[in-house]
Amino acid sequence: MLTYNYMVVDMTSDARVDRLFHALADPTRRDIVKRSLTGEFSVSALAGFYPMSFAAVQKHVAVLSAAGLVRKRRSGREQLVSGDVDSIRRVGALLDQFEEIWRGRIDRFDTLLIEESGKGAEK
Amino acid sequence: MTVMKVEKDVEAKRMTIVSEFAAPIDRVWQLWENPRLLERWWGPPTYPATFVDHDLSVGSMVTYFMTGPSGDRPGGWWRVLEVDVPNLLRFESGFADDDGLPSTVMPFMINRVTLSEHPKGVTTMAIETRFASLADMEKIMSMGMEEGMKGALSQIDAMLA
Repeated sequence: MLTYNYMVVDMTSDARVDRLFHALADPTRRDIVKRSLTGEFSVSALAGFYPMSFAAVQKHVAVLSAAGLVRKRRSGREQLVSGDVDSIRRVGALLDQFEEIWRGRIDRFDTLLIEESGKGAEK
Repeated sequence: MTVMKVEKDVEAKRMTIVSEFAAPIDRVWQLWENPRLLERWWGPPTYPATFVDHDLSVGSMVTYFMTGPSGDRPGGWWRVLEVDVPNLLRFESGFADDDGLPSTVMPFMINRVTLSEHPKGVTTMAIETRFASLADMEKIMSMGMEEGMKGALSQIDAMLA
């Protein structure tokens, strides 16, 4: 539905969206997100997947966590990481929605071209 | 398939959609240039658009409003940045305030439409949309969209791949 409630600039939300997209801009972080959607991983288990230090992976996890893409929980000495499906869905949905709008327009565009050609309607 | 390719660039805040039509380039251009034709495809059936001012010359403002199911009439505008008939149309677009003027608080985007005909009688149309900021992008998504949040996991996976 078209609504103008969104005219109100929501700085909190702006900052959140920027964090989301920044977090997903890095290939390692995207990979961590994909893996963490399939289950819980400790940071050290994640570190085993990438040619980088534990500290580097921990940093990536921190960025993802700040963006709300993953959740962290402590279990003894380990930190367990799992994906936050809702946040990830939101990012994908933004672009998907825009694609849908244009697909709708292009469908109508095509139909109209065919109709106008049937009429022989040139300008 | 009419739509040939969709590219979404999250970092660049940009989406490109390429489609192909079995029509000569001049007829495809007409659907942008003739406001009576344009309004038959710009808005969804539930929000048909009516173009008020429409002149595709550089610097000119195109204005329109849409009519919603409950009689609401949200307005929109384009500002023409570059025209090369019938190959190129570049314009800013955004939402209007209650007086029909470009809203200063609403986001806008930059659109680049390129048309080419090859072979004869087949026209390719590429539309590239760039958002001024990610926050703008989200606001636009939240506003004009009929479609709800329908990001299935498979689509997300495709985007993340």
